[in-house]
Amino acid sequence: MHMADALVSPVVGGTMWAVSAVLIARCSSRIKNSGNDRLVPLMGVLGAFIFAAQMINFTIPLTGSSGHLGGGLLLAVLLGPSAAFLTIASVLVVQALFFADGGLLALGCNIFNLGFFPAFVAYPLLYKPLAGSSPTRGRLTAAAVIAAVVGLQLGAFGVVFETTLSGVSSLSFSSFLLLMQPIHLAIGVVEGLVTAAVLLFVHRARPELLDGAVSPQLSRSLKPVMVTFLLAALLTGALLSWFASEQPDGLEWSIAKVSGSKELRGPEAGLHSGFAAVQEKIALLPDYAFRKQNEGQMVQAGTQLGTSLSGIVGGTATLLLALCAGFLASRKKSALKGSDAFR
Amino acid sequence: MRSVEGALLDFRQLERLAERDSPLHHVDARAKILATLVFIICVISLGRYQLAALFPFFIFPVVLIAGGGLPVRYLVSKILLVIPFVLVVGIFNPLLDREIVAIAGPVQISGGWISFFSIVLRSLLTVASALILVSLTGFPALCRGLAQLGLPKVFVAQLLFLYRYLFVLAEEAARLKLARDQRCFGGKGTGLASFGTMIGHLLLRSWERAERVYRSMLSRGFAGEFHCPSGSSFGVGDTLFLLGWGLLLLAIRLYDPARLLGLLLTGGVQ
Amino acid sequence: MSHHIVEVGELQHQYADGTCAVTSISFRITHGEAVAIIGANGAGKSTLLLHLNGALAATAGTIRIGDTLLTPATVPQIRRTVGMVFQNPDDQLFMSTVAEDVAFGPLNMGLSGAELEARVVAALTQVDALYLRHKAPYHLSGGEKKRVAIATVLAMSPDILVMDEPTGGLDPYARRQVMELLSGFQHTRIVASHDLDMVLELFPRTIILCQGKVAADGPTTTIFRDRELLARCRLEQPLAMQGCPVCREGAKQ
Ligand SMILES: Nc1ncnc2c1ncn2[C@@H]1O[C@H](COP(=O)(O)OP(=O)(O)O)[C@@H](O)[C@H]1O
Ligand SMILES: [Mg+2]
Repeated sequence: MHMADALVSPVVGGTMWAVSAVLIARCSSRIKNSGNDRLVPLMGVLGAFIFAAQMINFTIPLTGSSGHLGGGLLLAVLLGPSAAFLTIASVLVVQALFFADGGLLALGCNIFNLGFFPAFVAYPLLYKPLAGSSPTRGRLTAAAVIAAVVGLQLGAFGVVFETTLSGVSSLSFSSFLLLMQPIHLAIGVVEGLVTAAVLLFVHRARPELLDGAVSPQLSRSLKPVMVTFLLAALLTGALLSWFASEQPDGLEWSIAKVSGSKELRGPEAGLHSGFAAVQEKIALLPDYAFRKQNEGQMVQAGTQLGTSLSGIVGGTATLLLALCAGFLASRKKSALKGSDAFR
Repeated sequence: MRSVEGALLDFRQLERLAERDSPLHHVDARAKILATLVFIICVISLGRYQLAALFPFFIFPVVLIAGGGLPVRYLVSKILLVIPFVLVVGIFNPLLDREIVAIAGPVQISGGWISFFSIVLRSLLTVASALILVSLTGFPALCRGLAQLGLPKVFVAQLLFLYRYLFVLAEEAARLKLARDQRCFGGKGTGLASFGTMIGHLLLRSWERAERVYRSMLSRGFAGEFHCPSGSSFGVGDTLFLLGWGLLLLAIRLYDPARLLGLLLTGGVQ
Repeated sequence: MSHHIVEVGELQHQYADGTCAVTSISFRITHGEAVAIIGANGAGKSTLLLHLNGALAATAGTIRIGDTLLTPATVPQIRRTVGMVFQNPDDQLFMSTVAEDVAFGPLNMGLSGAELEARVVAALTQVDALYLRHKAPYHLSGGEKKRVAIATVLAMSPDILVMDEPTGGLDPYARRQVMELLSGFQHTRIVASHDLDMVLELFPRTIILCQGKVAADGPTTTIFRDRELLARCRLEQPLAMQGCPVCREGAKQ
């Protein structure tokens, strides 16, 4: 499942961007230094293959509904971790830009959730040891299913974790987790079966492709990437815990919600209290606009929310102004070179 | 998820938009990428209850759509496609967060509803900005811009390969699918066994294509180094574009003109 | 001009899956010659051509371009001399615009700036495709793709031109355009094709491949008269040489 921009906070999104960017840079330099320059066109074409393969659906056994290939694990088996990670990342970039899946800020989260776990965890730590060097049908299938399930569970956990830390959704951590994990268990089993079916075919037709002949030296040295990841995770954890304690908006906010204490503060409380002060001076807030339910704690949120009525009036007005600006810009476009509003 | 066929059609459409000619199309990709980034960060950094503060940010997509001569209806229909996903996650807010925080006459508004609408609006804004960025720039130019901004060349080259073979392989997949569906009556034969073989075939064909592409690269002197054709230089117009939007967006973010205007409009009366 | 000579000696190639695609092929092509390589599907034409600039490495045998033996060390130099147009232009046009694609080879040769630009323009003009320079390769028609693919190779100004099925899948007009291009080149030309009428018209010398071996090598007109040989190699006479009155009219023109 893709994260959406609207559900991530800048801190979470930015941190995950940084983590993914580090991983992309590392994997890129690793591919470049491997001297295996045939990998790059291969990765590009296989990325396109993932899109193409998703056009073909199949009937999910026992249910009658239809599914399609996700592809993360398959790429990892075919290309090795680094190349697979970059390929998945590139697919996600295209999806974010063209198909509005996820979004630009959430891209870092998505690359991490859908790329890191299958390429650097599920494949090397589960699929490879489980399948062994010359797997039987059953063994390969079992390895693929287990790796796919774990990869997707980790990915789903990532989504839940990042969403709750961002604190945009009111869903509590545990209930979101309960919602996501079972769905992804089912998706993971199906993904594993499909991956196994494709791998078995390749195994029969072109066994040499599965020997890891493409990137032998890439899959071996995992340690640097794992170390990078751990550092990044620590950094993320530190940043986020600071954020969470500073702004009771993430996990703690959910907990507060459940336990009944109501402390509602936007992440920009500081900025807003300043505005609130200005606003109180102007004192134009009509009394009926909001009801102070919980004097002490609600004031902050109240002053924010109390503005919403006047805010909505003003917002609509600015929206209209924006539309007018656009209308004018489009009318004058031919005459006016560089019709940007600020010029 | 939407059908990939539909998505590919969209892909073509967006690309055609990028071929149009407007002053905005000629702005350097880097300026557009960075301005979009500033926009997204400004929008996302607003608090969950700051619904009204989101409205002024519509100036960015609206002006770019108008200035770039992009088809409004098409873009809106594309942007609306993401709504269902957002609804699924956002709809829990009104259910869980029932604190009444505002009363407008007879209507009581809970915090959940406000944060719900703020999620929806943020989605619309951020998705719109991404689509507009692509429509005004085009994918190859975007990739070149990203390379100039420091994205590793290997990754950029690979993105461009992906883009190049997307349609070729998608058409191949569509033919395979047609061939199967024509011989599958009532859904029999669309199971996992035939699927594995089909995808396997598609995979091997793709692999062989990659090998041929690599050979053709070698034949033209490729020696492991990807040369980016020297992109355009960052001109005065590009700087103005970036500075102008950056300052405007930051100003909107910091001074919430919606509220100021709202206070002016409602305050004057009361 | 001895460096335009192509010499193949006892060439053999076995694919990874064990298929022996060509076995003990030998021939010598001199400067400025136009040679057609014909043969049934799977006869080994493409495999043979891919060896000529080292895109495939021979299992056994030698390739000599001019005085240079093809070895891993000489491959870069030989790739500048031998330009290869692949069978499927979609494999050849892998960049995002036509101009970028044509520039790919010259960039790798170290050209840049105005010199690069001039190369690109000249190559595209030569194939009458300058108007396509800003287009994306997948928006082109079959004939346009083929001509641009040829331009990508011409931009590196090779001495020897190798093409795999240049007229395959083209409509009559596009086929004629490519044929005119081919007849205009002064290079040594080696072309694999099923278009026997084109071979008859443009190529004085023909080599027939049959199951990975050379079945005949000689003047095109002599070879095309030998019906029995052609039948044995799963080929037949060009339409222009068959008894059809309509076609005979065409051959006279
Ligand atoms: N990549 C490959 N792997 C294995 N066999 C191949 C490969 N490419 C071609 N072949 C086989 O080699 C033989 C010659 O193929 P090719 O040179 O493409 O023939 P032609 O171009 O004359 O039609 C055929 O039997 C074909 O199946
Ligand atoms: Mg062939």
